Amino acid sequence: MKRRNFIKKATLSSLTVVIGSEIVFGNMLPKGYIPLAVQDPDPFKLFNKDAEMVVLNDRPWNMEAKAHLLNEKITSNKFMFIRNNGKIPENITIANWTITFDGESVKTPKTYTLQELKTKFEQHTYQLTLECGGNGRSEFDPPAKGNQWTIGAVSCARWTGVRLKDVLEDIGIKNDAVYIGYHAADTHLSGDPKKEPISRGVPMAKAFQEETLLAFKMNGKDIPLAHGYPLRLIAGGWPASASGKWINGISVRNKVHDGTKMTGTAYRVPCKPVAPGDKVKDEDMCIIESMPVKSLITYPKSGAMIDKKKKLLINGHAWAGELEVSKMEYSIDFGSSWQDCKLERPINRLAWQHFSAEISFSKKGYYEIWARATDAQGKSQSMILPGWNPKGYLNNACHRIAIKVI
Amino acid sequence: MNQDQKTFRDQIKLLYRQLILIFSLMGIVICFLIYMLIDPNFSSFNNSQTNLIGIADENSDRIENGIHIRTGLVEAEGLMEVVNNCTNCHSAKLVTQNRMDKARWASTIDWMQRTQNLWDLGPNEDIIIDYLVKNYPPQEKGRRQALKNIEWYELEE
Repeated sequence: MKRRNFIKKATLSSLTVVIGSEIVFGNMLPKGYIPLAVQDPDPFKLFNKDAEMVVLNDRPWNMEAKAHLLNEKITSNKFMFIRNNGKIPENITIANWTITFDGESVKTPKTYTLQELKTKFEQHTYQLTLECGGNGRSEFDPPAKGNQWTIGAVSCARWTGVRLKDVLEDIGIKNDAVYIGYHAADTHLSGDPKKEPISRGVPMAKAFQEETLLAFKMNGKDIPLAHGYPLRLIAGGWPASASGKWINGISVRNKVHDGTKMTGTAYRVPCKPVAPGDKVKDEDMCIIESMPVKSLITYPKSGAMIDKKKKLLINGHAWAGELEVSKMEYSIDFGSSWQDCKLERPINRLAWQHFSAEISFSKKGYYEIWARATDAQGKSQSMILPGWNPKGYLNNACHRIAIKVI
Repeated sequence: MNQDQKTFRDQIKLLYRQLILIFSLMGIVICFLIYMLIDPNFSSFNNSQTNLIGIADENSDRIENGIHIRTGLVEAEGLMEVVNNCTNCHSAKLVTQNRMDKARWASTIDWMQRTQNLWDLGPNEDIIIDYLVKNYPPQEKGRRQALKNIEWYELEE
């Protein structure tokens, strides 16, 4: 028996030696990262997501939260939506990771290693709201093409990295710079190595904001693989597609970046309002910049039954793209009357704000609680679907939960 | 003496068996190590496995309650044309999530051919569009739908 045990152990250790030498940068793999070759097909395990998250698409991976899962003030990985356009890069070796800055408007192209970025520039941490431009698409009529997001494609995590502006200043940018566009390591669904699944960007003014980061940490840890490990551009308050994942290049352009999903109908809405179902020419479509004012009731979960004698506590988050939310209200009578919620200031610019309220009901019955945020410029969420657009972006209609008072 | 001899013989037998076991285990380990040197990624193993799934799995196109289990697509005329042409790059979930009329399904195919490396579908194009329009047509939703599928629960505080 003892000898057998010995043999077993010896076999195992020789296996470990062999496999250990095979995974070259094994010690540099992020915690919880499973090499794709031995990936578990269960996306919840694979990406460490909560079992209540909803898979919209498995090739490419697209997954969203439900309102009550987003109750945390700082969104954890397990409740963070995934929106991928291509295949997640394989065989990431952090020691070899570089980012190259090129394009018409850099004085000379320059490449940094991840280590150089981390050591050469000051690091900053901000909590930043990232919402998919198509969050709420499922409500459009006529239906809009694409992943049918309901309300859960939004998150607000803490991102740590260096300011893009510090790096751009280090490189030297020409006066004619207009836009930056990112390039990344994800691969096209068709397998065509010449195609980029997505290559979007932001104008120089957004690139030079203090909160626009080249981030390598999310909530204090390495960024999870599905969210852009090891390097992600973060442009809070804008469609999350502007915050490129797995980035290894940034082009500083002397014109509006024309990468994949910058043109046509992608992440664009009609410059002038159109009737539902209208055909809109490409040249009449304008790029989405700041996301509109929006809010979510994250507690309680829709469907709560409460005793009439009790007060109902509600809470949630509100955000308004580049702006701050200045007022938060709720209605229990389908928008006939509105009451103020308690609204907190954001922890930093571009972070969502928390609201809460205490509600008493005078009659038993079925209620809907509607939530309405108003931004600093006085714009509020609409009660019904806002302007129809071909790809179903920017649905910021008020969030509703159902309640029974018994 | 007899007893001693028997015990001795038994011990020899035991030792002999253990030696066979040790050597065969060592043999397996050596074979494994040699294999690792030749094919460290177990690629031939993986390939043979995927081939097996692709060719030998007779149930891969199983249909239950009118649903093609592997893809989730509705069973109807044109199903296999859709499976074979529309699920190579992306998941069938991208099809089943969407609702479009004939013109918009056609323009989606056209867009995939122009930008996403979708091939010429030939006579299958009409079959595919007919299938999609019949099984995944737009539904009128209006400007705001009633709250549906509410799971009622007692709120405890």
